[in-house]
Amino acid sequence: MGGHADEGKGSVSRRGFLKSAGVAAAATSLIDDAKKAMEPVGPAPAAAVRGETEIRFKLNGKETVAKVPPSMTLLELLRERLDMTGTKQVCDRGACGACTVHLDGRTVNSCLLLAMDATGRDVTTVEGLAVGDRLHPVQQGFVEEDAMQCGFCTPGMVMSCAALLAKNPAPTRAECAEGISGNICRCGTYLNIFRAMDRASALAKGGK
Amino acid sequence: MNADDPVIPVDPQDPAQRRRRNQQDGARGGKPFKFGQKGDVREVAVNVPPDEPPPWQFGDTHAVVGQRTPRVDAVAKVTGKARYAYDMNLPGMVWAAFVRCPHARAKVTAVDYSEAMKIPGVLVAKDYGSKDIRYALQHFGVVAAETHAACLEAVRAVKATFEVLPHAARMDQALAPDAPRVHSERPNKTGDDFRPEAVAAFEKAAQGCDAVVTGTATTEVQTHMCLEPHGVTARFEAPDRATVWASTQATFGARGEVARVLKVPEANVTVIAHYMGGGFGSKFSLGVAGAAACTLSKELGRPVKLMLERRAEHAQGGNRPSSVQEMSLGVKKDGTLAAYKVSKTGTGGIGGGAGAANPMIYDFGEVAEADFEVATNAGAAAAMRAPRHPQGSFALETIMNLAAEAIGMDPLELRRKNDKHPIRARQYVEGAKRFGWDKRTASGSGKGPIKKGMGVASSLWYALGGRGAQVLCRIRKDGSVEIRNGAQDIGVGTKTILAMVAAEELGIPLSRVTPFLGDTNDPIGPASGGSTTAPTIMPAARTAAFMAGRSLREIVAKTWDCGADDLALGGGKVIHLKDRSKSMTFEKACALMPGDEIAELGKRTGNYAAYEGQTGGVHFAEVEVDTEDGTIAVTRYLALQDAGTILNPLTAESQVNGAIVQGVSYALFEERILDRQLGQQVNADMEMYKIAGPKDMPRAEVILTEVVNGANNVGVAGLGEGPSVPVAAAIAGAVHNALGFPVWSLPMTPDRVLAAIAGKEKGK
Repeated sequence: MGGHADEGKGSVSRRGFLKSAGVAAAATSLIDDAKKAMEPVGPAPAAAVRGETEIRFKLNGKETVAKVPPSMTLLELLRERLDMTGTKQVCDRGACGACTVHLDGRTVNSCLLLAMDATGRDVTTVEGLAVGDRLHPVQQGFVEEDAMQCGFCTPGMVMSCAALLAKNPAPTRAECAEGISGNICRCGTYLNIFRAMDRASALAKGGK
Repeated sequence: MNADDPVIPVDPQDPAQRRRRNQQDGARGGKPFKFGQKGDVREVAVNVPPDEPPPWQFGDTHAVVGQRTPRVDAVAKVTGKARYAYDMNLPGMVWAAFVRCPHARAKVTAVDYSEAMKIPGVLVAKDYGSKDIRYALQHFGVVAAETHAACLEAVRAVKATFEVLPHAARMDQALAPDAPRVHSERPNKTGDDFRPEAVAAFEKAAQGCDAVVTGTATTEVQTHMCLEPHGVTARFEAPDRATVWASTQATFGARGEVARVLKVPEANVTVIAHYMGGGFGSKFSLGVAGAAACTLSKELGRPVKLMLERRAEHAQGGNRPSSVQEMSLGVKKDGTLAAYKVSKTGTGGIGGGAGAANPMIYDFGEVAEADFEVATNAGAAAAMRAPRHPQGSFALETIMNLAAEAIGMDPLELRRKNDKHPIRARQYVEGAKRFGWDKRTASGSGKGPIKKGMGVASSLWYALGGRGAQVLCRIRKDGSVEIRNGAQDIGVGTKTILAMVAAEELGIPLSRVTPFLGDTNDPIGPASGGSTTAPTIMPAARTAAFMAGRSLREIVAKTWDCGADDLALGGGKVIHLKDRSKSMTFEKACALMPGDEIAELGKRTGNYAAYEGQTGGVHFAEVEVDTEDGTIAVTRYLALQDAGTILNPLTAESQVNGAIVQGVSYALFEERILDRQLGQQVNADMEMYKIAGPKDMPRAEVILTEVVNGANNVGVAGLGEGPSVPVAAAIAGAVHNALGFPVWSLPMTPDRVLAAIAGKEKGK
């Protein structure tokens, strides 16, 4: 997951830990509930904490205030509260990259980041990449080289590619593959994405 | 094909459908037109129906069509503005989720929803669906809540008691002598055994052969794993209307289903699929999620969103059936294939639909075929790009390679000798040259642990579209143009070619035309299945644009006091064919219209006498097999693919690229693994269900073979299926060439490769 190597910071993995704990519990209950009556159908929930907290963060350059429950992910906040649905929910456990956003310029899977942990941070989503009508070079490259089909992985791919291009203005095909190796596409657009990145690299250098 | 029909529209194996597709009911006799391909141009007489433009023929040039054109919705997709069914946030919207049984076979004996109902925001928690559980993760209840999080919490709070029953989740379990019956009314294994007379004929023919090669190929179940799961956002509008945003590849089929579920007139239902996050054949129906969302919306009087969660998408979202194909192929020294016998067995879970398209493409002489289906306690299969074909192609191309080796013939030569399709005949030659086939070394001759190989496999598909679509073309007084159909663009660029066809016909730039798809209030269109969308819609689109353009010409003709037929549209102008001094811009012509708009409805008529009813393709693969760790890298790939008239090379190539990538994935990685005891899929996620990623990509080249097929006024062929047929087979052929023997099982994972190597060494 080359593009997502910077997630660290401790807070990010909290939800993942809870989830994997839940998975283990589920596996146990599957075997047992053949014998026991009235077992829960799904994984045992962590006790839900009610109530909401106000958080402030920068979203696509704008100061944003939102009230969130402690269990809410950044992805849920974006999609369900702020109606910013460009960022996609697909695997909801950090395996597919469809929810990739930039946190202080680095890629994160927003499904693995608690919304509260965005407090005071600078979040950029796919909606915030273009400047007005002027597309980011990666977006322009994707358009010209048709690096999309159904388009559902595209926002995450664009965000990973944009972060890669910021670090490496002329990535090779292998570096590009490494950079998007945390993003899954089902239609099979990788070959076009490589071309799009070449194009983006040229555009970013001022080429035409 | 009836666009109202929600079922998979094309079954290429059904002879009745094949006959229907091939009927030339659109036109007979009439004017000669030139069809064919370079070096093989033929004249076919067609009688053009009165409201249609004459078909594009061989040698015609186009201004818009054929240009590499970025898709019209590309900017919406790269900026996140494209809104999918999953993205709908409607005022007052409620989330819903299914409650599922973990067991592969069970009776739900008691359910307690009381704890679930106590969770803040939960509105509904109740039984939904059958309590007779026949595959793991089948639903038996549903919850609805104000938020997605509350929904999931409620699901977890439901308590249930199950009477767990013996299951047969895997095919080996279902075939065991004491296996529990999956369907009480019939045995697990059903189908058609060999006809004795066919076997006798095979045996007689085999005796006259110089070699008879045998082998058993196996393929695993793969799941569609669409990124946008199956589901809808449904809004019942009291008393008797509904709008449903659906992730579907059949808007009109879904409309009929919504109407039936809600018991409202079909005319009162609008299904919208402006964008759709992947279907690949699995989204032809409204589905269980869609039906539940509609029902709940009516009950609650609020919009409801229900999308399958990821693990359920694997279990309930469809899959490509497995196969076991036992083959015997008799070949003569000169390469004549004379006798073929194949027995096919596969599972499509509780839904059926297994089977392999085998034989196909080559002339095998005497053929004996048996075809069996095994019911299992696993999620139902669904159509997946070229249903039944990648399985069949892998098996029969593998046995072909073995036959070539047995008589010491180049595998490409063996194919050329037994395949008379004119398009593939050309592709074999062109492809071999382009790929450097002459550099292919003898099978298994490589030294060192990493061995290189090249393989070849062939493609066909059967559909050139048919009746059932209507397209509306509007020219407005301000010179803008709308082109509308209610079918969906499932991500292949249909919306873009729709606009391109209209722009071409009206002689105006693409930017002047706005295409609309994915709303059932627009004219009827097909389900996106069997590669029929483009060839069904585009001829109607061209007809609509032709009719609207003709109306515009009639208006200008009055001004110039001439006949409409004296005028033509082109270069953004209306021009007088006899008096070149007369010309008027398209806008000025539009300003002359008496009303506010011209609107014409173009209908899809039947197909003409086509140059070739089947499309062709030939694919080449090169691999490196690491014989120490069993990994395979596909290093190079070349696909030559016929798609009739290439309307937009950019998106057409993307679709073939997609087929290559998905084929690499099918060949090397994809496998639904079911736990023997629990019958659950152990890799129902996106990290353990491995698909090809960016590091698994070959250097790939796509050559679109220009074929003017003359099937209709546009002559486009779809690319959903054709390029998906031979990819795994071509890769398997390359692995065979590298190792010197075939790997008979897909996916060719390292364990299977090492087992094949070990088996070969043991045999020596």
